[in-house]
Amino acid sequence: MTTQSPSTNGKPKFAMYWAASCGGCEIAVLNIGEKILDVDANFEVAFWPVAMDAKYKDVEAMPDGSILLTLFNGGIRNSENEEIAKLLRRKSQILVAFGSCASEGCIPGLANLSSSNQILDTVYSTVSTDNPQGIRPQHKYAMPEGEIQIPKFYPVLRTLDQVVPVDYYMPGCPPESHQIAAVIDLVIKVLHGEAQLPPKGAVIGAGGSTVCDDCPRKRNVKLIKKFVRIQDLEHIDPELCLLEQGIPCNGPATRSGCGALCPQASAQCIGCYGPADGVVDYGARLVAAFASVIDSNDPEEIEHILDGIPDPTGQFYRFNLAGSLLRAARPAWEG
Amino acid sequence: MTNNAMNQEPKERIGVHVCHCGSNIAGMVDVEEVARWAGEQLKDRGVVIARDYKFMCSSLGQELIEKDIQEEGLTRVVVAACSPHLHENTFRTACSRAGLNPYLCELVSIREQVSWVHTDRAAATEKSKAVVSGGVERVLYSEPLEPLHVPIHPATLVVGGGIAGIQAALEIADAGFPVILVEREPSIGGHMSQFDKTFPTLDCAACILTPKMVSVGGHPNIQMFTWSEVEKVDGYVGNFTVTIRKKARFVNEELCTGCAICQEKCPKKVIDEVYEAGLGYRKAIYTPFPQAVPKYPVIDKPNCTYFQKGTCKACQKFCPTGAIDFEQQDEWITVQVGNIVLATGYDLFDPRKVTQYGYGRLANVFTSLEFERLTNAAGPTNGNIVLRDGVTVPKTVGIIHCVGSRDRNFNNYCSVICCMQSLKFAHLVHERTGATVYNFYIDMRTAYKEYDEFYQRVLEEGTLFVRGKVAEVTDAARLPGEEGKLIVQVEDTLAGKQRRIPVDMVVLSAAMVPRKDAKEVAHKFGISCNANGWFIEKHPKLDPVATMTEGIFIAGCVQGPKDIPSSVAQGAAAAARVLGRIQQGEIALEPVRASVDQDKCSGCRICNNLCPFNAIIFHEDRMVTEINAALCQGCGTCVAACPAGAISGTVFSNEQIFAQIEGLMRVNFFTEPQSAVA
Repeated sequence: MTTQSPSTNGKPKFAMYWAASCGGCEIAVLNIGEKILDVDANFEVAFWPVAMDAKYKDVEAMPDGSILLTLFNGGIRNSENEEIAKLLRRKSQILVAFGSCASEGCIPGLANLSSSNQILDTVYSTVSTDNPQGIRPQHKYAMPEGEIQIPKFYPVLRTLDQVVPVDYYMPGCPPESHQIAAVIDLVIKVLHGEAQLPPKGAVIGAGGSTVCDDCPRKRNVKLIKKFVRIQDLEHIDPELCLLEQGIPCNGPATRSGCGALCPQASAQCIGCYGPADGVVDYGARLVAAFASVIDSNDPEEIEHILDGIPDPTGQFYRFNLAGSLLRAARPAWEG
Repeated sequence: MTNNAMNQEPKERIGVHVCHCGSNIAGMVDVEEVARWAGEQLKDRGVVIARDYKFMCSSLGQELIEKDIQEEGLTRVVVAACSPHLHENTFRTACSRAGLNPYLCELVSIREQVSWVHTDRAAATEKSKAVVSGGVERVLYSEPLEPLHVPIHPATLVVGGGIAGIQAALEIADAGFPVILVEREPSIGGHMSQFDKTFPTLDCAACILTPKMVSVGGHPNIQMFTWSEVEKVDGYVGNFTVTIRKKARFVNEELCTGCAICQEKCPKKVIDEVYEAGLGYRKAIYTPFPQAVPKYPVIDKPNCTYFQKGTCKACQKFCPTGAIDFEQQDEWITVQVGNIVLATGYDLFDPRKVTQYGYGRLANVFTSLEFERLTNAAGPTNGNIVLRDGVTVPKTVGIIHCVGSRDRNFNNYCSVICCMQSLKFAHLVHERTGATVYNFYIDMRTAYKEYDEFYQRVLEEGTLFVRGKVAEVTDAARLPGEEGKLIVQVEDTLAGKQRRIPVDMVVLSAAMVPRKDAKEVAHKFGISCNANGWFIEKHPKLDPVATMTEGIFIAGCVQGPKDIPSSVAQGAAAAARVLGRIQQGEIALEPVRASVDQDKCSGCRICNNLCPFNAIIFHEDRMVTEINAALCQGCGTCVAACPAGAISGTVFSNEQIFAQIEGLMRVNFFTEPQSAVA
C-alpha cells in the first residue's frame, strides 16, 4: 500500500455497498464475529448504508481515492446501481466485487432470461399481487410539486466489472465468513506493511482449484446412465462422488474456497463460488463435461438421460448467467 | 473476456498471403481485394505485407513467402488458401526453410469454407476478409513449437493372419526386421484358405496361398502366435507394449510333429462352423485343414470328451511324442513393437436376417461361404456341387447378388466382391454339373483388370442373367413344374415383368460385414470405425493404410470390403509404411498436444474415459490426471470436457480461439445488403 488515505482520525476509510442483491453478503460480513472489531480498530467506516446512515452527497464530497477499501456487493440492475458503482470506483483505491452478484450476476442475473416487461408483469400483475389499478413503476412522474424520478430499470443485469474496472473479486453466495476474515486480516497486514496485495484482477478469499479438490468423496471413472434430483433418491452413498450417483453436482467446474460444504452434506454443489481459474464460460464448461460422461451412444437414450436435468439454465448458469459469454437471453436484450 | 491485445501496438510483423488457387478461389472471391483490405485494414494488427498469388502452393508461391519472411522480417505468416488438411504442411515447411518456426504459420481456408460453398461473390469476399482477420488475431497467440522425436522399435506386430496380414508380415520380415504375427484361429490363412478358385484367373486359392503360409511359418524373422489374441496395447508409436493371450492348445508345440494321429484317433466329431462353414466335421482335437500353419492342433475344450467327462485321453494315448498336455494353461506374453498392422478381416453377413430368402429354413439355400466349401476339392463333398442331402446334383441353380449389401435395410455399401464371386460360382456350376444357372443381380460390377472379360466369358457359357432384386425364395409351389423346387420370385426389370423361376439350389452372395468385435478392437488400438464398423484410414485416397493414430496401420477388409489383389496390395503398402518408419529410426510427432495443469486439476476424473488414444493417465496417489504427450494426438476431446479448464491444447488455446472470434467479428459481413443470403 503506497498511499495512505486522508482521514479525520488517521484511520483508512472502509465502505460497503449493496446494489442488486439479497443482503446475504452483509450478513456474511457481520457473521465474522469478533473479527468485526478489527475492522473498527483499523478502519473508519465511511459509507455502509445497511449499517449506518449516510448520504450519497457525503460520498460525492469526499476527495477521489479517499476510501481505501470498498466491498461492493450486488449486480448493476438500474441507473442508481450504476451511478453508485461509478461514484465508489472514483472514490476508492481498492474496489472489490464482493460476492457472487457483483462478480458474476448470481440469482438476480437469471432475470436476464426475460424482458423487462416480463419481469414487471411478474412483479406487478400476477395473482399474488394486490394491484387493482395495474400501477407500474415509471422512471419519471409529474407531481404537483414538480417532476420526480426513480432509478431507471435496465434491460439486463450487469456485473460490476461490466460497468467499472474492478480490482479484486471475492466469490461466494455469500462469501464464507472465514474467507472474509482472512481477507480482512490480509488487508490489515498490508496496512502494517507485513504483506503484499495480490496482483490486480485476482480472485481473493477463495482457492485456486475446484470444489472437488476439497471434497472427500471417492471418485472413479465416470459413466452416467441417468441424472436424478437429490430429493428423488432414497439412498445416497455417503462416500461416492455425487456425480457418479447421477446427482448433477457442479463441483468439478466450481472454484474451491467453501470447503466443499454442500457435497459433504450430501447436497450437490450448485456453483456459488463461480468458475474455477481457467474456466471462461462456466455453464458451457459444465455442459461439455456432463455431456462427455453420458454413457450411451443412442440418441433417444441420451435425450432421456438429459431429461434428468429439467432446467439446464438453472443447473449450469444459476450464478453465472450475467457473467457468461452470452450474458443474457434474447428477450432481455430486446427489452 | 475481451482481448485487450486489440488496443495495443502490434508486436509482430505479419505477412498475409492470399491464394487464387487458379479459379478455385478467385472464381468466387475477389482475392486482390482481400489482400488489399488486409494490407490496409489490418495494418494496426501487425500486417506489414499482404499479397495475392495464382498458386501459393507452387514452388514460386512458396518462394514468395520465404522471400517475404527474409526481406520483411516477418514473425508470423497467414496463408489464405485451402484446407489445412491439404497444404498446412507445405506452407509450414516453406516458413521453416526461411527460418521461421513452422507453427507460427496459420493456414485459413477460403476455398473449402468459402469459395466452394458460396454463390454470392460479394458475400464470399467479405467472408474471406473475416476469415483472414480471424487468422491474423489467432496467429498473434501462436507459439513456436518443436516436434517431439521418439525412437522407433524395429519390431512390428501384425494382427490377423489372413492374406493381407500374411503379405504385410512377409514384406517386413523379408526386409530383415522382426515381425510378431497374432492370429485368433488355430491356423493362419484366413478366409482365402477356405476358397477353391479365385477370380478372374481361376487359380486354385490353396496353390497360391499355402506357399506364403509356409514362408510365414518358417521365417526366421517371424514369431507367430496362433490361437492367440491381443489383450492390451499400451504405449505409442515407436514404443508399443502389447500383451498377447496365448490360449491353451493342450498340445506341447516343442514335442508335436504334426503327424495328425491324434486327429485320426479322437472319437469326438464336431460340426466345423468356422472352416467348413457348418457343412463338414472336424475332431475335438484338430487343425482346421491339413495344410494348416502351424501344424500343431488344438483341443476344443468344450467339445473334448476328456475335459467334459474326465475320461478318454485317446489323443494322449496315441501321440507318439507325448505332446498332449491337458494341464496346459493360457499364457500371457508381453512384446515390444514400434508399429502395428491391423489386418483382422471381415465376417460374412448372416443371411438369416433376410428372412424372405429362406436361409436356415429352406435346406437348399446356401451361403456363398458354404458354396465355396462345396466347390473346394478338399472340402466336405470333395468339390462336388450337391444339394444339402449330399448326393443330388442340382439341375438349376439360382445365385442371388447383393444379399445384405446395397440394401437400406441392412448395409448401404457395395461389398465389392460379390458380382465377381457370383460369376465364378456360375462358371464352376457350369463346369462341374452342366446345370442351368441364373444370376439375379441389381447392377453388374466388374471393374478392375480382366474382370469384365471374365463376365463376358460367363455370359458366353450360357449363364442366364436376370436384372432385378429378388423378392422371395419359397418352396410353396403355385404353378406346374414348381413342385419340389425352390421358386425365386423376382421382378425382371429388363423384361419389365414379374417372374417365378424354379431352381434346385439357391446361393446367396452375402455381404462382407465388419468383424462382430470390430468396435472393441478399434478401441483397444485407439483408432476409429465408421458408422458401419470398418476401420477408418487417415485419408481415403492419399493415405489408405495409415490411421489417425500414429504407428497403427490397417490392411485388407478391415478397412472395407475388397478382393484378394487389393488386400495383398494393402498388406504390402502397410509394410512399406512400417519399413519407412523403421528405417528412419525415429519419428517426429506433431507437437499439437493437450496438457494438464497439475495445480488446476482436482482429479474429478471426468476426462478419464474419453481419450480415443488412451493417452490419459490418472494418478491415484496424487489424485491428478496426466496426459502422455507421445500418445496424445491433439484431438481436443479432453480439453473440451475438462470442467475446471485445467487441460489446454497447444495450437487451440482459449486465447487463440477467442482472438480468432474477435478477428472474425471485425468484418460485419452479415449486414451487406446486396449480398444478404436468406
